[in-house]
Amino acid sequence: MSGASGLVIAPILLPLLAGAGMLLLNGEKHRSIVAGLNVGVTVALVCIATILLGLSDAGTRDVYRLGNWPAPFGIVLVLDRLSALMLLLTNVLALAAVVYSLARWHRAGAHFHSLFQFLLMGLNGAFLTGDLFNLFVFFELLLAASYGLLLHGSGLARVKAGLHYIVVNLAASLLFLIGVSLIYGVTGTLNMADLAARVHAVAAESRGLLEAGAGVLAVAFLLKAGMWPLNFWLPTAYAAASPPVASIFAIMTKVGVYIVLRLSLLLFGEDAGASAGFGREFLLLAGLATILFGAIGTLASQDTARLGGFSVLISSGTVLAATGMGQVGVTSGALFYLVSSTLGIGAFFLLVELIERGREPGADMIAVTREAYGEEVETDQAEGDVGIAIVATMGLLGVAFIGCALVIAGLPPLSGFIAKFALLAAALHPANQPGGAIPGSGWALLAVLILSGFATLVAMARAGIRIFWASPDRTVPRVRVIEMAPIMFLLFICAAQTVWAGPVIRFMQATAQSLHAPADYISDVLNTGSSSRQAEGK
Amino acid sequence: MEFVLAIGIGTLAASGVWLILRPRTFQVIIGLSLLSYSVNLFIVAMGRVRTGAPVLIAKEAGDSARFADPLPQALVLTAIVISFATTALFLVVLLASRGLARTDHVDGQEPEA
Repeated sequence: MSGASGLVIAPILLPLLAGAGMLLLNGEKHRSIVAGLNVGVTVALVCIATILLGLSDAGTRDVYRLGNWPAPFGIVLVLDRLSALMLLLTNVLALAAVVYSLARWHRAGAHFHSLFQFLLMGLNGAFLTGDLFNLFVFFELLLAASYGLLLHGSGLARVKAGLHYIVVNLAASLLFLIGVSLIYGVTGTLNMADLAARVHAVAAESRGLLEAGAGVLAVAFLLKAGMWPLNFWLPTAYAAASPPVASIFAIMTKVGVYIVLRLSLLLFGEDAGASAGFGREFLLLAGLATILFGAIGTLASQDTARLGGFSVLISSGTVLAATGMGQVGVTSGALFYLVSSTLGIGAFFLLVELIERGREPGADMIAVTREAYGEEVETDQAEGDVGIAIVATMGLLGVAFIGCALVIAGLPPLSGFIAKFALLAAALHPANQPGGAIPGSGWALLAVLILSGFATLVAMARAGIRIFWASPDRTVPRVRVIEMAPIMFLLFICAAQTVWAGPVIRFMQATAQSLHAPADYISDVLNTGSSSRQAEGK
Repeated sequence: MEFVLAIGIGTLAASGVWLILRPRTFQVIIGLSLLSYSVNLFIVAMGRVRTGAPVLIAKEAGDSARFADPLPQALVLTAIVISFATTALFLVVLLASRGLARTDHVDGQEPEA
């Protein structure tokens, strides 16, 4: 254990303390303090995540044992490249969302900042934990916070979407518990590394039960990831959420994707004996179906927020299908894609509201907005001290829209193109295929990805024409720097990911390689306990 | 014993699934509660059904078949607390939906007859 491993728990403790502290400072007169605290803590989390990313890239896994109990008995937090990457992505997106919310949205309801921090705590915990039941606890934490955030701003549309969202997720949590207890019943452990070490030794007659448990568990994660046919709740819920919340929700589907990626490679990798490669074909097929469903949805969606919701589906479907390919190169391309598409979609959700603001809104739109702001007069007065209105607004909005569209649809020159290119290049040149023959799955992925990119492009172009060109009577929206800066920040990261694609791809390849060789992960986690306790283990 | 437990879990789960597919929010919340009871019982059952056995004590280690597994009991406590809290949270949203939509239909509007 290196000296910095105490830092591993900071992404969980810091939001917990900050969120709890903000509850004490509730009320109108403390709002600026609370908002400042939220931004400060999120900035600190981004810094910590950057440091952790640097540490993980050195190749060592930091294993933090809670209560100093040795690994299979106590709960561990494990920091490796993948979890550090997801941490950084989460907190960067969170920073953009929270800065954006300062312009007006954080006034639309109670406890926005506390809930936001609790959501971050749940997300960070889910990415760091190395224990299945602990994962359940963090999942519930982030879900509970997300229920509150989805309802933030209130209004009938949100409550309706929130009701469905909560029921669906509660049912999924129960499936999660069934899966976890089945796996425990068969293997007698909940530690992911210990579990992975035991999978190949499971007796033939219990193997069916283990795989059933893993399948039930996967359903719970895939529902969160938005896999077809478990995703009908998603576009409605995301379109109903307030923009900063929808933006941070872009990472929530990626939690499900992350767990599926991690567990399928850890538990059912090459060393898993008879269960090796369990569920891969299903992931591939269902991932492709998800992409197609999302592509049709983007073409069919009338308003831009729903368009964003369906883009989320395409994004998670792509990563899931790539996971189903089970190849190192494809996985690294998928990770690159995951980062770029999440940032692009996050920026898009923020942008949607700025664009819609200037348009002639429909009747229900007025009602929702009025209810959400509630204090229109005060907002106008506060504008002076929150930020200045940007000149040449329409030009900037247009550029940002084009940027988002390029990233999401995967066109050059932004990072979405490189991501899809890396993904497809690896899928069409499989390492383990003799004679360089291209497998059918590679062709299928190629066809579906290009088709979905085209559908997204058409949908985006149509939305762009409708918004920017075809409405002559539109008023130029008042947009403040504080709202525009986060969008530009996210797009700038996408651009940076393009410019420094070489180092980023190298990092992703190292990540994918270590994911596909779980033996190191297992020995790192299990050997950090004192060796004597280890010897007399179960 | 196993038979009774299995029938009990099955009945609870079946009733719960039927209820969460009903159109009224109150039926849904009762269905979720029943489902969570069945899942909690299921977790306990996964630690093997054994009556009158002490929990694992290190001093007398040996044949693990003589002891009850304490871990599922710890897990089920956590699961009970969490499902109770989320059900309470759902109740609040249910009431908000009832107030805003003036109906207890899960879609926030009565289906057109």
